[in-house]
Amino acid sequence: MTKGKKIAAYTFLSIVSFFSVFPLYWMFSAATNKSVDVTRGKMIPGGAMAENFQKLISSQNVSAALVNSFKYAIVMTLISLVVCSVAGYGFEIFHDKWKDRVMSVILLAMMVPFAATMIPLYQMFSKAHLLNSTLGFILPGISTPFLIMMFRQSARSFPSDIIEAARLDGLSELQIFFRMFIPTMRSTYAAAMTIVFMNAWNSYLWPKVIMSDAGSITMPMLVANLTEGYVTDYGVLMLAVLICTLPTVMIFFLLQKSFAEGITGAVK
Amino acid sequence: MNRAGKKLSLGQKQNLAGWAFLTPAALLIVVMSFFPMIQAFVLSFKTGIGNRMTWTGITNYVRMFQDQVFMQALKNNFLYLMIQVPIMLIVALVLASLLNNKNLRLKGVFRTAIFLPCATSLVSYAVIFRSLFAVDGLINVLLINMGIFNTGYNFLGHPFSARVVLILTLVWRWTGYNMVFYLSGLQNIEYSVYEAAKIDGASPWQSFWKITIPLLRPTILLTAIMSTNGTLQLFDESVNLTNGGPANATITMSHYIYNVSFKYVSNFGYAAAMSYLILILVAVLAFVQMKVGDKRD
Repeated sequence: MTKGKKIAAYTFLSIVSFFSVFPLYWMFSAATNKSVDVTRGKMIPGGAMAENFQKLISSQNVSAALVNSFKYAIVMTLISLVVCSVAGYGFEIFHDKWKDRVMSVILLAMMVPFAATMIPLYQMFSKAHLLNSTLGFILPGISTPFLIMMFRQSARSFPSDIIEAARLDGLSELQIFFRMFIPTMRSTYAAAMTIVFMNAWNSYLWPKVIMSDAGSITMPMLVANLTEGYVTDYGVLMLAVLICTLPTVMIFFLLQKSFAEGITGAVK
Repeated sequence: MNRAGKKLSLGQKQNLAGWAFLTPAALLIVVMSFFPMIQAFVLSFKTGIGNRMTWTGITNYVRMFQDQVFMQALKNNFLYLMIQVPIMLIVALVLASLLNNKNLRLKGVFRTAIFLPCATSLVSYAVIFRSLFAVDGLINVLLINMGIFNTGYNFLGHPFSARVVLILTLVWRWTGYNMVFYLSGLQNIEYSVYEAAKIDGASPWQSFWKITIPLLRPTILLTAIMSTNGTLQLFDESVNLTNGGPANATITMSHYIYNVSFKYVSNFGYAAAMSYLILILVAVLAFVQMKVGDKRD
């Protein structure tokens, strides 16, 4: 690259990076300021975070929403990872004509928009008394074609002589999966974990449909509820947004490296 | 199944193990996705309030094309699709090819910064942008301080500016996400291909069009289908950024379906019929994209 082009590239990347990060920085700074200061355009962190926090917990049940969100997202992540990775492994390692056909039918489910299944699911779950429950939250999202495909793709790179050797050693198929496959596929699991946790934590439409009790609501629902009043306290609102965003941002930073590796493996 | 004493052969055993491995996931998809989809189809030919439903034929399908709010929602979804998706995918592609340069410093910093918006929930970022573009929000404060406006402009209260803000926020949230897919795709292309092209006298512009785009075609197809699918199902942003307003100027199909099902007097039959239009659109567009994108020349 010539010098001029290099400067252009750096400038472009810097501008895009600035616009990507700025709204999040502003959210953080607003969470530490009084609403009056926020509306005056103050953009540096202030000292009103504790005050905002007091106001937030006195008007909203933050701890319940946080506990719910963590509970739903963690249970969903654990079950979904096991179910989808077992299936992806099964589709690849034991593949034959019929299993490949089943896989292509499953892939069709990717095309089904959630709006089309939402109403029958709601009716089904309300008959089964699953509204306002963790099971109700997770059931529609445990098994996803995307995740199955991701694990199927990564199982392709799992050497078959390891499987053969393990079979000769007398390990059962399930033991091979848990003792051999899971430890070697750490980066795929990390990527899948990031995706499932974030999707579960951030999901909004389905919880809005089934979580009618005030005690079952999630963090995103709490944030949305805060905007419904006539007067918005920006400090309090942005603090709630900050609390809602921190867990996913932290997971992202922790698993960033393996996330990129896992995605690369899946796209191949 | 088998008579006592007769053992399954090794191959049969493994075949059964395979089925056992994939059954839970496959069953869940059938019960949670395909079965409700069929139920919704049946429901779309019924009408009534709550659970008291009667058959009505294709009335629901006729009704939605006369429903001005739904037609507006359909137009909105297509507007977002036609404008936001191409802008986002092109920017993501440019960013990814810049970041794929071996000699670039601070690569990790740029990549993390640009991907960071994806870590925020859809509700959170919608609320952040709603606050930034509010009448007393930061954007207005800055514009007034610069002397461009005298008083705050109600960005989210006017149809045109509300749509522009919605498209901007979508680009902000999803560009980094698509960039990661392109970066992964680019890493599968040997760097020596670019070096060889350079020696042969190809300009960076030429190698972008002659090497990057053709080799990334499957990834571009994947992101195009994912983005189309996501845009046709937009919900969180419409609810939390503009609440569909002003006067339904920004409402999306999923948002209207939600309102018809759970906010107004529920009419599940009509809502199901509208959701089937989304299903058909998603399927048709994915099919068209696959036909166009898979062309080998």
